[in-house]
Amino acid sequence: MRQIAAMRDSVSLALAGSGGAGVMTAGNMLLEAAAAAGCYGLMTRTSGPQIRGGEAAAMLRLAAFPTDAQEDRFHVLAAIDWQNVARFAAEIPLGPQSIIVGDPAHGEPPEVFLKSGARYVPVALKKIAGEIKGAWPNMVALGVLAGLIGLPAAAVEAAARKSMKKGLEPGIAAARLGMAQVDSVRDFFLAKPDNPGRRWLISGNEAAGLGALRGGVRFVAAYPITPATELLEWLAPALTKVGGSLVQAEDELASINMALGASYGGVPSLTATSGPGLSLMIESLGLGVTAEIPVVVVDVMRTGPSTGIATKTEQGDLNLAIYGMHGDAPHIVIAPNSVVDCIAATQWAVGLAESLQVPAIVLSDQYLGQARAIVDAPAFQSVNFEREKAGSGGAYKRYALTPSGISPMAIPGTAGCTYTADGLEHNERGTPSSQAGDHLAQMDKRARKISQLDPGDAWASVEGEGETAVVTFGSCTGPVREALASKPVKLVSLRLLSPAQPAKLRKALQGVKRVLVVEQNHSGQFLRYLRSEYDLPGEVKSLRRPGPLPFRPEEIQQAL
Amino acid sequence: MNAPLATVTLQAKDFKSDYKPVWCPGCGDYSVLSAITKALAMLALRPENVAVVSGIGCSSRIPAYTTCYGFHGVHGRSLPAATGLKVARPELTVLVASGDGDGYSIGGNHFLHACRRNVDLTYIVMDNHVYGMTKGQPSPTTEPDWPSKLAPGGTGLREFHPLVIALASGANFIARAFSGDPNGCATLIAEAVRHPGFSFIEVLSPCVTFRPEQRGWKDVAHPAPVAFTDDPGRAARRIMTDDGFNIGVLYKGNRPPYGAAQTSPGSVKDLEKAFQL
Repeated sequence: MRQIAAMRDSVSLALAGSGGAGVMTAGNMLLEAAAAAGCYGLMTRTSGPQIRGGEAAAMLRLAAFPTDAQEDRFHVLAAIDWQNVARFAAEIPLGPQSIIVGDPAHGEPPEVFLKSGARYVPVALKKIAGEIKGAWPNMVALGVLAGLIGLPAAAVEAAARKSMKKGLEPGIAAARLGMAQVDSVRDFFLAKPDNPGRRWLISGNEAAGLGALRGGVRFVAAYPITPATELLEWLAPALTKVGGSLVQAEDELASINMALGASYGGVPSLTATSGPGLSLMIESLGLGVTAEIPVVVVDVMRTGPSTGIATKTEQGDLNLAIYGMHGDAPHIVIAPNSVVDCIAATQWAVGLAESLQVPAIVLSDQYLGQARAIVDAPAFQSVNFEREKAGSGGAYKRYALTPSGISPMAIPGTAGCTYTADGLEHNERGTPSSQAGDHLAQMDKRARKISQLDPGDAWASVEGEGETAVVTFGSCTGPVREALASKPVKLVSLRLLSPAQPAKLRKALQGVKRVLVVEQNHSGQFLRYLRSEYDLPGEVKSLRRPGPLPFRPEEIQQAL
Repeated sequence: MNAPLATVTLQAKDFKSDYKPVWCPGCGDYSVLSAITKALAMLALRPENVAVVSGIGCSSRIPAYTTCYGFHGVHGRSLPAATGLKVARPELTVLVASGDGDGYSIGGNHFLHACRRNVDLTYIVMDNHVYGMTKGQPSPTTEPDWPSKLAPGGTGLREFHPLVIALASGANFIARAFSGDPNGCATLIAEAVRHPGFSFIEVLSPCVTFRPEQRGWKDVAHPAPVAFTDDPGRAARRIMTDDGFNIGVLYKGNRPPYGAAQTSPGSVKDLEKAFQL
């Protein structure tokens, strides 16, 4: 055993290199190794615009506690080479306490990194790898990073055995050599958490897919779009294992309508997309509202408008999700506020869509969706709410004016209950109607379903106490939570964005004198929404900026 | 309750609802509605096991005029909705009703991909070469010199050829029908439903309000002089060179229909093992 000095409860590491250097492979293995050692962690990634083979960086935060935030500065930047890596400078902030590991064979680190005051530690990655037949520099770099944070060699080896299909033994040997290179550097040793519980390693997109299946989704229509594609790709084989199906659509107009068609057939249905796709789906979501067909759309937001920055995060689709549809179209909008919450939030969205017979939009984003996190194993929650189905016989009224606004839905195949689901305004039987009375009655009914929803405690994460409160949603929550740690400031992270819950927020903000609203978009869409639906107490400040850079705790603390 | 009923043979009228159509007197779509109900009776189906899916337009009003399950969705999107329904509920018989505007213009892309995907659907397009519901604008099948308020003097654009497009895109059954012969139309619809995969029937269905000259179609429509072919090359030549009033089955392919992935119901909990450390 090595002598271990003062341990840190969190370290941030970046591993960068050009295409084919194996940066992501090594980054994923480091995350697995940290998991094997019992730590928590979060890995995000960035890459250049090339389709394949471009420069990339794996950004890891490893910690003794669960986290969804990046730190203010990285402790270590290791680069296998420096080709185009300088373009990631804004995403990998360094400081005087940081170190830069680079291979002298590829020259000095770029000035943009050196000017941070970080110490340069040259390690001949390529030369060391060359000493072992079949080994690659990325495995040496993995060893260097593992050694710098004091991960046991056994954990690295376990991760390699889990991940590597070929070159395993040379890889392990190269990692060992890498670890030996930094034997004397002990500045960044990571403490293990004291609760060795059961953990999962999952991405936000996988989590949303899993939540969908937990909620009962058995039909998915898919049109590829960054950064939602992995969600659909995870669901494709998964659905076949649970008796469901996935159809690749020709466009998002088709995917949302396929989902509506399948759901009309009685099968809980979902599609996933990003901003451009959600824009295309909006008209048909209105059909879901009027014809009262449950459907879930997961919007993994990226920077907009238009094509924006397809691979980077932003919370700019809030207005579209809440206000996008023409006419008055009450529906559900839910935002997961951590990687692992993508499971519960999506499952909840399915439950609400099914039980209220309404479309539900889940506002995830690229940061949550593509991050992989080591989390405490989430408890299995069984299916919450189901669709109320019509039996047979009688003069069936598909859109009966019930006190709850929810009318039993007949599923094709049910004798005696045939009806036409219609985007035209209709009467209780579903017959198209242009009568003012029918329009008002059906508008009231559809609004009643949504306004009578009682979300219980699930409407928001409310944490801490204080006269100042930060109100936020989605992927901003992780950095906010971290910025407020051990401060007398309350955190309110809304999960149910629509319908608004003014009574619940009023109660949560009792005694609060200052409110800081944190969101990641340019115009303050969330602030405007809060102002229109809620009474915010006292002085209200806004911290907002567009993507693609994630919020870091320091930025939030400065705004407080 | 279903078992004894299933032995009762239903008649065409049992598939017709009591809603009064919005169509103009003399509209070809009345006959197409009759043909659909006759075909369903011929097929000895029950209304609750049939879904009629449509988009927006005159012809797309058909679902509610039947006693089947109906889905009257968004303009141009009937085929995707029907695709989702059929894949999710393969035991249902799914008919799709559309028109030349809904099906060939706003829904044109879905037409290509529905043919290609070859889901077991029957797609009935009532073609009258005009947007009727919006009162007389040119559609993709309108003649280039047909004058209208929106295109005075005509569009100058060549007509879209739906049958050729369907063939090129992979439709497994292609027929042309004429609403003026409801019995013949019913037989074609029944044959289309029976044929596996994506079946496309272009029904010439006159708009007597905006295209009164189409009343003359009854004088020019004629049965196809030769039987259908299963050779796409021959079918293409026939469809490209016929007079546009050749009524009957023109092509029957034998591509296997879209099959949903074989599923083996397991549990979601098994999937979660992949995430456990």
